[in-house]
Amino acid sequence: MSQIAFWGAVELGLVYAFVAIGVFLAFRVLDFPDLTVDGSFPLGAAVAAVLIIAGINPWLASGVAMIAGAAAGIVTAILNVRFRILNLLASILTMIALFSVNLRVMGKPNVALINADTMLSPFYGLGLRDFYVRPLFVGLLVLVAVLAVWRFLESDAGLAMRATGANARMARAQGVETSRQIYLGMALSNALVALGGALFAQTNGFADVTSGVGTIVVGLAAVIIGETLLGSRGILIALLGCVLGSILYRIAIQLALSTDILGLQASDLNFVTAALVTVALVLPRLRRGGAA
Amino acid sequence: MIKLDTIQVIFGKGTPLQKQALNGVSLTIEQGTFVTVIGSNGAGKSTVLGVLAGDVIPTAGTVTIGRTDVTRKGTAARAGLVARVFQDPLAGSCGALSIEENLALAARRGESRGLTPALGPKRREHFRQRIAELNLGLENRMKDRMDLLSGGQRQAVSLVMATLAGSEVLLLDEHTAALDPGMAEFIMNLTQKIVSERKLTALMVTHSMRQALDFGHRTIMLHAGEVVLDVSGDSRKTLQVEDLIAMFRKIRGQTLDDDALLIG
Repeated sequence: MSQIAFWGAVELGLVYAFVAIGVFLAFRVLDFPDLTVDGSFPLGAAVAAVLIIAGINPWLASGVAMIAGAAAGIVTAILNVRFRILNLLASILTMIALFSVNLRVMGKPNVALINADTMLSPFYGLGLRDFYVRPLFVGLLVLVAVLAVWRFLESDAGLAMRATGANARMARAQGVETSRQIYLGMALSNALVALGGALFAQTNGFADVTSGVGTIVVGLAAVIIGETLLGSRGILIALLGCVLGSILYRIAIQLALSTDILGLQASDLNFVTAALVTVALVLPRLRRGGAA
Repeated sequence: MIKLDTIQVIFGKGTPLQKQALNGVSLTIEQGTFVTVIGSNGAGKSTVLGVLAGDVIPTAGTVTIGRTDVTRKGTAARAGLVARVFQDPLAGSCGALSIEENLALAARRGESRGLTPALGPKRREHFRQRIAELNLGLENRMKDRMDLLSGGQRQAVSLVMATLAGSEVLLLDEHTAALDPGMAEFIMNLTQKIVSERKLTALMVTHSMRQALDFGHRTIMLHAGEVVLDVSGDSRKTLQVEDLIAMFRKIRGQTLDDDALLIG
């Protein structure tokens, strides 16, 4: 693997670390299997790209993308909490609807950002080569997100959210309005995923309506790889596990695709993804002696 | 003070499965009174507790806790007034959270929850001291996940959790039923100690007539959704388990076939 390919994989892993943290919030903290992310990731990319092309400050555009993602999460939460639609199904409905929304936002299936000023533009040409600048910049943002989410989950408010996912009945008995926690958690989760989408558009130079397909699997893969490697030793370790899992996942994919011996090609990506997630799921059980 | 005023609870109203769970239950419990509640299965014990906790919204009647009319308030909205220990040791705490996190969660029952770290050094020390009072050695395991504890240990921690924040009433829902006899006795003595030291108003549902008479100030028997016995003071002191069983038989008009009522 060339150096450029390696740092490219790290960069993509860091972009998807936002997805992993969002998926962690939904699946692990709230125990809410949320597939909205397949729609909110390209939504973030679309909103950011369209606004940046319209001349809006890229930081502001990314902020608006996060708000759009949060709104998508809230729609799923409303379908589930207010209208009692099964959580998985509620998120699939939002995801499907978002495909059309994303096309409307962009006005076409694909928007290019080649010559527009992105969040990264000021950092190119400071002496560091581009393929270092991108992972460094995204990595710093990931660090901020990890610290913020960590601090939140260890606060009184975050504890209420964790209790909602762990034991909703007990949480209510402690005065936690669990439905409010689901709204908040889904908003937060999808805002992070949308930020990932916004960064994806800015680092890759385009937003594409199909870029969301399989986002959930990639996010879950990162979460599971992180858990397999670091175990469950507190919130901070779990969040760092999401980031590490996301990067390792991309490197593994890159390795698999660039090794000629295996004879894989780019179109085999989804199969390799499924195989990797399966391995990550099965490994911990094998280690426990195959009893499970 | 707790006041239930002619509470009606009908489950599945208007369906073929309609069931009258409570039929005009009125009950006034003075501040600082420890009430034990007995009754056979389906008598309405759990429903009374549910009505007080907010899990069950009555079809008719009013519920007053302290000075607040809580009849229409949900569980979370009235949590500041109601502390609770569940029958199932797994139900009253979060297995996936640590002991100290569970305590932090309970310490802010009924209060707003902000972005303050849930476990600052001050709170940690306070929780550690409260857990040390149990003499179970759990103060050295504060960071352990709750689901690593035995059922009895979890109930002991749940009792501490119930008293970290103030409340108008403590609800105990057969909280020793899932424990072995030794642990059940430990938990009952702990309950007694906590309730009397803190002068709590408490309502304990139990299957054991022995427990119902040995603990608390007042005993209520429910049958078919109505209060059929309400004893306190001297008349309660002379009451024996045998008397209760005789009453039970008379009320039900049949011989007792439920051995569970005789145990304990």
